[in-house]
Amino acid sequence: MDTTEIIVTLAGLALSGFVIWYFFFSARQTAAAVSTSNGVQQVDITVKGGYSPDVIEVERGKPVQLSFYRDEENSCSEELLMPDFSIRRDLPAFKTTLVELLPQQAGTFTFTCGMGMLRGSLVVK
Amino acid sequence: MEQTTKTETLDIEGMTCASCASFVEKSLTRTPGVQRAVVNFATEKATIDYLPTQASPATLKEAVVQAGYGVSERAPDISAADRQAEIDQQKALAYVRLKRRFWVATALAVLIMPLSMLMLWPAMMARINMQTLNYSLLALTLPVLLYSGHEFYTSAWNSFKHRAANMDTLIAVGTGAAFLYSLAATVVPGWFMRWGILPEVYYDTTATIIALILLGKVLELRAKTQTSAAIKALMGLQAKTARVVRPGGQEVDVPIEQVKLGDVVVVRPGEKVATDGLITEGSSAVNEAMLTGESLPVEKKAGDPVFGATLNKTGSFRFRVTKVGADTMLSQIVKLVEDAQGSRAPIQRLADKVSAIFVPTVVVIAILTFVLWFDLAPVESRLPLALVNFVAVLIIACPCALGLATPTAIMVSTGKGAEHGVLIRNAEALEKAHQVNTVLLDKTGTITRGEPTVTDFVPAAGQDASLLLQVVAAVERQSEHPLAEAVVRYADSRQTVVVPASGFQAVEGKGAQAEVNSQPVLIGNLRLLEEAGISLPPAVRQQADDLLAQTKTVLYVAVAGQAAGVIGVADTVRETSAAAIKRLQGMGIEVVMMTGDNPQTAAQVAGQVGITRYFAEVLPGDKASKVTELQAEGRTVAMVGDGINDAPALAQADIGLAMGGGTDVAMEAAGITLMRSDLQGVVTAIDLSRQTIRTIKQNLFFAFIYNTLGIPIAAGLLYPFFGILLSPMLAAGAMALSSVSVLTNSLRLRSFSPIKK
Ligand SMILES: [Cu+2]
Repeated sequence: MDTTEIIVTLAGLALSGFVIWYFFFSARQTAAAVSTSNGVQQVDITVKGGYSPDVIEVERGKPVQLSFYRDEENSCSEELLMPDFSIRRDLPAFKTTLVELLPQQAGTFTFTCGMGMLRGSLVVK
Repeated sequence: MEQTTKTETLDIEGMTCASCASFVEKSLTRTPGVQRAVVNFATEKATIDYLPTQASPATLKEAVVQAGYGVSERAPDISAADRQAEIDQQKALAYVRLKRRFWVATALAVLIMPLSMLMLWPAMMARINMQTLNYSLLALTLPVLLYSGHEFYTSAWNSFKHRAANMDTLIAVGTGAAFLYSLAATVVPGWFMRWGILPEVYYDTTATIIALILLGKVLELRAKTQTSAAIKALMGLQAKTARVVRPGGQEVDVPIEQVKLGDVVVVRPGEKVATDGLITEGSSAVNEAMLTGESLPVEKKAGDPVFGATLNKTGSFRFRVTKVGADTMLSQIVKLVEDAQGSRAPIQRLADKVSAIFVPTVVVIAILTFVLWFDLAPVESRLPLALVNFVAVLIIACPCALGLATPTAIMVSTGKGAEHGVLIRNAEALEKAHQVNTVLLDKTGTITRGEPTVTDFVPAAGQDASLLLQVVAAVERQSEHPLAEAVVRYADSRQTVVVPASGFQAVEGKGAQAEVNSQPVLIGNLRLLEEAGISLPPAVRQQADDLLAQTKTVLYVAVAGQAAGVIGVADTVRETSAAAIKRLQGMGIEVVMMTGDNPQTAAQVAGQVGITRYFAEVLPGDKASKVTELQAEGRTVAMVGDGINDAPALAQADIGLAMGGGTDVAMEAAGITLMRSDLQGVVTAIDLSRQTIRTIKQNLFFAFIYNTLGIPIAAGLLYPFFGILLSPMLAAGAMALSSVSVLTNSLRLRSFSPIKK
């Protein structure tokens, strides 16, 4: 093994380690919903290559209103899926789409794009 | 004079908190003429009741602006159809742009490819300056990268910031690596030569991959719009205007949004029914195929319900509006189908889990591929080989086919179901239905019509049949009893002359009496006649016994103190039941019947429709336990009932099918609702479910096999044995085709038609 091979090997392993850590083990952005005067829990979510915030905490039994603002045109994020609430919604680019739901059970419910690549989760407490 | 208030809805802009909302609310309330104002912060809407004589939408807007906020200028209440139209328009525009980017990439790739091949031609090589060639290739590739492919790079970067990775990540990293390597080889070729490497460029790889992937996207988008075609077709059925009868009597065409509850609407031959209601006058035949899948027109007369979007055929009628907007049957069906399309099938869970971790895993595999090729390949070619395989792994591994496998099939089939009057509640119900091997039918209302029908009308010797029917119908027209209704229906179906009856009196538990043509008439059970001291002649008694032997209910008729005849009444089997049951049995499904009737009646009906196993004398409360009993035998049971008292059994069954007209209760309790009162719907539902699950399994198989085989080949696993390497361009072509083939496979479900033979 020459020096270049050793460098490439070490760099490759380091890069792999970084990818695994970065995508699987690093901390996520969490946000709790803001309750309005009429008891609706409101969350603004920006859709751009992902959902920010992508972990949303809400309370059980109160209506939740998620405003998704899609800040890109890329086709990946054009659809929103919340299978546990039977919601499939088109998110038009550069527009806000309101999604309303009533979480009855506590638990973590994922929401994804149409292909399941972008993910976020709704944590009901 | 009484003042009528008007209601206005405004979209308020600029509110940042709940106190803003109360501020706007106050400002509106203080405006002269406003009687009530409610501002919802969450929906950013203000609802204002005001007197049109003192205020106007303009003054209301003024009040909001005075408070320091804005009123959004778009139409205050855009309907779902309009919003869909806007989304569709945006999608159409995106499609046009995507196509343009695809054609630019293709045109340039077509130039780049032969130019790159020149290097393989030693004779040519000598004549052309390599530097010049590389720079011209670079100039041609840049537009492909920056114009056609820029979406991949921005998207990949955006998701990278989110610690997420999607298919664009793979494309961006793959093509980006190939491009950067080529760029370096073009700009500083000397550096490569120093390491003993030929400064080869891969501009053709970069451009071709982008062109091919865009081709895949173009085809994908085109196919995707077809998957939701059924639901769009349903929404498009909605009538645009309604001809409303004003209190004064004149008829005015108004937009459908302005139709209110209680309005009277006129429907002329050939017109669409505007919304749901009850016929007040007139009669017609209405085609309800769009709701029930039944193509034969249904006769409607005063008092019958009509539904929006159905097609009036022959007559003209007026109806009173009972439901508008989202409450109509059509809207509910659309909503139900949309919900089903948004739900997740259990079969998809694995695919979901895989796609969540897929992309980062592939990136790691690609990096390791690079390292291994670099370490193991001969020194002079190790860098290009490592790079090519790195790119190939990234490109082939794109998991979009996996993500599309289930949802597209579900979308097509739920829409197709709605077309045939089969409403599927969610993907799970669809998946459950394909495993069914036993169908449990509740006799009354499913196999039979669920209402008594006159089967025999037997006048005594010397009685004129049509005259007797006139007399009998005259009495029964006054009665509310279900058996009496059956007799009236029978009389009506034979166009019997209507004659008056007087002194009608119902005799509790026995029947009824009245006078027709100044003769006393008795209709009821045997006791009614016996108590009136009327004896049956032996012939009449014999006829009654025959009917009783066929487990029919017998009505005895006496006119002027003489027994005049007997009427046999029974709940009759639907014409379609036997054929549908035979089809189910042909699909390898055992059909079991249950009924509250006695064993003789049960045996008789079962025999008539070809059922061998049945439960008789089942109390309503025990229906669910019969389902459990069958499940205990290891069967997967579909329960078919008419929804009201069958709810517990529908819920207990592996899959519940509610039959008959989609009452809310039925829709809630069952996984599948059959809009038509006909067992054929059960055949359609199970058949559709089987075909859908087969399609999904094929899709998942294609997607998985493609990725699991594709990655090792792209990584160069076959090279040591067969010398096979997967070119990145081939990988891109395969990847583009994979999602297209999955989509095409799902779209095949559009040709589904229910088994009829
Ligand atoms: Cu892909």
